[in-house]
Amino acid sequence: MIRRLLTIATQEFRLARRNLWVVLATVALALFAAALGFLGAGQGAALQADVLSLTAASLSTLSVYLIPLIALLMSYDAFSGEVERGTLALTLATPARRWELFAAKFAAQALAVGLAVTFGFTIAGAAIGAAYGASAPGLFAWVRLVGSGFALGAVFVAVGMTLSALSGRTATAAAYAIGFWLLLVVLYDLALLGGVIAAGDGLFTTRIFPWLVLANPADAFRLYNLAAFGSAPVSGVDGLAHTMPFPPEAALAALGLWLAALLALGAQLTRRIKP
Amino acid sequence: MSETILSVEALSLGYGRLRVLEGVTLTVAPGERVALLGHNGAGKSTLFKAILGFLPPVIGGIRVLGHAPGFDAARIAVNYLPETVAFPRALTGAEVLRYFSGLRRAPRTAVPELLARVGLAEAAGRPVGSYSKGMRQRLGLAQALIGAPRLLLLDEPTSGLDPISRRDFYEVIAEAAGRGASVLLSSHGLEEIEHRTDRVAILSRGRLVADGTLEGLARRAALPARIRVTAREGQADRLQAKVGGTRFNGCHVDLTCPPEETLPTVARLAGLSSLVSDVDLHRPGLADLYRHFSDLAPEEARP
Ligand SMILES: Nc1ncnc2c1ncn2[C@@H]1O[C@H](COP(=O)(O)OP(=O)(O)OP(=O)(O)O)[C@@H](O)[C@H]1O
Ligand SMILES: [Mg+2]
Repeated sequence: MIRRLLTIATQEFRLARRNLWVVLATVALALFAAALGFLGAGQGAALQADVLSLTAASLSTLSVYLIPLIALLMSYDAFSGEVERGTLALTLATPARRWELFAAKFAAQALAVGLAVTFGFTIAGAAIGAAYGASAPGLFAWVRLVGSGFALGAVFVAVGMTLSALSGRTATAAAYAIGFWLLLVVLYDLALLGGVIAAGDGLFTTRIFPWLVLANPADAFRLYNLAAFGSAPVSGVDGLAHTMPFPPEAALAALGLWLAALLALGAQLTRRIKP
Repeated sequence: MSETILSVEALSLGYGRLRVLEGVTLTVAPGERVALLGHNGAGKSTLFKAILGFLPPVIGGIRVLGHAPGFDAARIAVNYLPETVAFPRALTGAEVLRYFSGLRRAPRTAVPELLARVGLAEAAGRPVGSYSKGMRQRLGLAQALIGAPRLLLLDEPTSGLDPISRRDFYEVIAEAAGRGASVLLSSHGLEEIEHRTDRVAILSRGRLVADGTLEGLARRAALPARIRVTAREGQADRLQAKVGGTRFNGCHVDLTCPPEETLPTVARLAGLSSLVSDVDLHRPGLADLYRHFSDLAPEEARP
């Protein structure tokens, strides 16, 4: 079992590297992070905040869009593509179990996305730190960002693989992936914001809203990162990060729950795949 | 037959409500090479998928070395070459084989040997994306040989291969059969399997309509032999008056006669040397047998 898991994961990771996924994602993330840092640097002086912390705050908002997109693009084809190429039949003709295939592919792809986040943000962070100086809170904010970015990437790799197992065909899987990205990352926030505006200071805003934020993995990630900044200039849904009735770590727990639930569901769904 | 590698018993199954196989019974003994023939959509690939355990039987059952498909003992005993497979283009041939060796618990050190066996030693380190169609097919065969399987399932293994590669392909298969592996392969190339397999099974609309050695099938079908007699200059009319048959091209007379009368007929023609210049005997071949048995399929099985 261990040998099979390692064999599949190694092959999957090698493919991610060969197809230049890791490199491209790293470069994209590093460029975005560096652009935010250097372009927003002037604002930092005005706000009396160090550039590193400030960039981490704005980067956490941008990452909510970017990291899920990268993770979904990487994983949506995990099963449907292999069904169409005929290689899944070959793999499943060996003693490999379906759940092993799911687990090993997940591990490799989550690692690939995680490494892209780590390298991309570390490169950009080092450049910003070298240019504007680094402070302890700033460094700490970047560590949190990279760590929770790893988790966010893993959750969305699990989303993509579950959708891939569910749909069985590449075109459908792609449609599902884009739909889920829009839903979780864009529409969900708009709906929440609308709800808060409509409800004012009512029951919705104080009691239900915080849990709804926590329930979305993308929002949970942002919540975790923004709650750390006492003075960060954030508005909208993010501005409410400080008024939450639970510690920021609860957001990490929410990500963990999502991950566990998706892995269980996805491994279950692989049984329905017709190779 | 001391032991059977594969036994398929009265198997019926399909996709959802569509019934594809109806009461198929087939056994394969160790070292035996069986060709599975059948028209497009007859259910050949479906039978392979059932033997691999991807499609559950509705009626009947399958045993691989006594185990149900899908169990580890059966999965290790069987290896497979699908009719269409596209290995990841970015991986090299050696990497593809190492991957499947890892999954089958076969030694990775055997990979170079396997690649050399199918003539891919040179290309081992090149990405699959740069392979020609025939090279990919050979890589697929090498994959199917990983772990010295007891039963090889090859779905149209020679489609798209040139005649030389095709011959090499059957050499590799014969070698595997020589060390005791059974081979079940499907094909549309009738001539190529004629001398390279031990037995022929014909599927028609999901039913097994023939199963046996070529000689056995020929005996059962009792197809007439065709004899084309070439008459001497101007003797065609007299020849036809003597032996019957139909005229062809002015100087030929075509005769058909049942197998047991072939020899006497030829002997008689030999006695007519004043009228006959040449005799061409055409025994029924695999193509004729194939047509014969496929036409016997019951009409009601048509979907
Ligand atoms: N995945 C599938 N879903 C539904 N029906 C299928 C599926 N695959 C095959 N069929 C149907 O099952 C029947 C048998 O198909 P199969 O692929 O076994 O034929 P085949 O003998 O391999 O034909 P060919 O020589 O063309 O490869 C066909 O009628 C086909 O339409
Ligand atoms: Mg087929």
